[in-house]
Amino acid sequence: MSSILFFEQLLNGIQFGTMLFLMSAGLTLIFGVMGLINLAHGSFYMIGAFSAALIAGLTGSFWLALLASLSGAAIAGVLIEILIIRRLYRRDHLDQVLATFALILLLSEGVRWCFGAFPLYLDIPKNLNGTLLILDDIIYSKYRLFIIFMGLLIATGLYVLITKTRLGVRIRAGQNDRQMISALGVDISKLYTIVFALGASLAGLAGAMIGAIQSVEVGMGEPILILAFVVIVIGGIGSIKGALIGSILVGVTDTIGRIFLPELLKIFMEPASATSVGSSIGSMLIYILMALILIIKPSGLFGKT
Amino acid sequence: MKKFTTTLAALMILGPTSSFADGHKVKVGMITTLSGGGSGLGIDVRDGFMLAVKGNKNISVITKDDQRKPDIAVQLADKMIQSDKVDVLTGIIWSNLAMAVVPATVNQGKFYLSPNAGPSKLAGKGCHKNYFNVAWQNDNLHEAAGGYANSAGFKNSFILAPNYPAGKDALTGYKRYFKGSLAGEIYTKLGQKDYAAEIAQIRASGADSVFFFLPGGMGIGFMKQFSQSGINLPVVGPAFSFDQGILKAVGDAALGVKNTSQWSKDIDNDANKKFVQDFQSEYGRLPSLYASQGYDTGKLLISAMSKAKVKDKDKFRDALRKADFSSTRGKFSFDKNHHPIQDIYVREVIKEGKILTNKIVSVGLKDHSNAYVSECKM
Repeated sequence: MSSILFFEQLLNGIQFGTMLFLMSAGLTLIFGVMGLINLAHGSFYMIGAFSAALIAGLTGSFWLALLASLSGAAIAGVLIEILIIRRLYRRDHLDQVLATFALILLLSEGVRWCFGAFPLYLDIPKNLNGTLLILDDIIYSKYRLFIIFMGLLIATGLYVLITKTRLGVRIRAGQNDRQMISALGVDISKLYTIVFALGASLAGLAGAMIGAIQSVEVGMGEPILILAFVVIVIGGIGSIKGALIGSILVGVTDTIGRIFLPELLKIFMEPASATSVGSSIGSMLIYILMALILIIKPSGLFGKT
Repeated sequence: MKKFTTTLAALMILGPTSSFADGHKVKVGMITTLSGGGSGLGIDVRDGFMLAVKGNKNISVITKDDQRKPDIAVQLADKMIQSDKVDVLTGIIWSNLAMAVVPATVNQGKFYLSPNAGPSKLAGKGCHKNYFNVAWQNDNLHEAAGGYANSAGFKNSFILAPNYPAGKDALTGYKRYFKGSLAGEIYTKLGQKDYAAEIAQIRASGADSVFFFLPGGMGIGFMKQFSQSGINLPVVGPAFSFDQGILKAVGDAALGVKNTSQWSKDIDNDANKKFVQDFQSEYGRLPSLYASQGYDTGKLLISAMSKAKVKDKDKFRDALRKADFSSTRGKFSFDKNHHPIQDIYVREVIKEGKILTNKIVSVGLKDHSNAYVSECKM
């Protein structure tokens, strides 16, 4: 196993992690500020991807498509928050889970009704096509580097937003004591709408960026949603820093695990069974990681105890 | 004159009941995937089947969505058999769902005509006299891909498929015919969309060719990422990742790829020409291989109905076994285990105007049956 291959896989893991971060940042913010378990978060991922595919199809521009994914998901987020989600904050978590699960079904069917059941086409821009040579040895996809860059950019942006701005102060205050900040005269329902739309637009952006190298189809958000929940449980629910560390951890563990575990098992097993046992354990690895972390830190890496 | 008209009216009322006695009617239960991921496949099978039976007053069809979930498929089958009293079931796309539904259905004396899933278990030891597969045995297209790899001179293939029964059937099928060595063999997660890690392995493996079976959305992601990775290796696969429904989403990345299929829209026979034309005018899109399978299933059913009543099970079964219909694939017959004997073609993805589609380049395997016939005691 060469070190070049290892570094390439490490980069793949980090790229996967930054994508997960875009999803889980919104999810953890929404839970932290509003106390809402939002199963429909994956639907914003899908809405973002479909908005992007629609605009890319009309204009041919990938950058406009990215913009469309942000705004499309944000608009959907605002509408859904005002019409439905707003009624759920005071309810218990079971009601929230039921209602947001219903939203998944409604949004999936709605998108299928508008766009059909067949996957849509969305491609990466020409100047990001192809590969780049890093450190003279590692051949790596330009587009995946772009994803990593975008992920880090947004992580920095979120950090600045939350620690340095007035909105950030309110968000942090909302996380600490919801009743107190509404007593202090902050328009809490507007704050909730903004946070919800922010989370939705990040998910939408992730959907568009990933949709361009995977497929844009109905139900694309749900597998990613499950991983995003794993990430926020590992990172500690409500913590953006936890979401970042958790995402990278899950991304790297998943990528490295599913490739190197079968190779590792081949040392003391015959190749055919090593491949099949290795890939089975490889796909369980992140859940094993989650269990281990929860044994040591029951509220996650950066969770409030 | 008045007497004449009344007699005529009486005859018209009597007509349907006397000349088409109840025994000629067949109630079909179609369980297929119509929502969520993979619904494109189910929709194509349904549309193909409905096109075949369109206008036939003796066939009534109840269609239900299994949501790609085995437990739901089982519930639907129970309801269709017990309260709707269907005679024939069909429609299932996925092998794991077929394994859950088919054995119980055929054991209750109902016929099952599979328009897609053909798991090896139902072809071998688990075969049944009331189970007919109108599509293929799961291994078939992959075997043809292995055969094609030999003729293309590939010596060292990297192969990958999802970690589930049909994925294992796929790699087994390819290896059964491929004579070269393997540069690597990977089972991916079912439903996986990102293949960066696998593509890095392919790059490092020194392979001279890549074989993959990643049906539906999984294959779209793989082809796009593979073409962006700059690895310049020939790719071969079964038609499932290059069917009409998903080519549009893969885009030009698929151009020139060789894939194996039992059907293609340019197979030259009258039944196929009529099918392609009718499908386009009915639904406004090009048919896929799944649609052709649904269509052939419908035509097979009609052919058996013209020979025997469905209640007369033995005669109806014999009529099905004869497969006396003009298939869109041309020559078509059933082997002893009720799976097709048919030609498997090698196709190439081409562009017709602005639309990506497939064109036959050669016959991969002629009159091909399956490896499990001898295991079936029927």
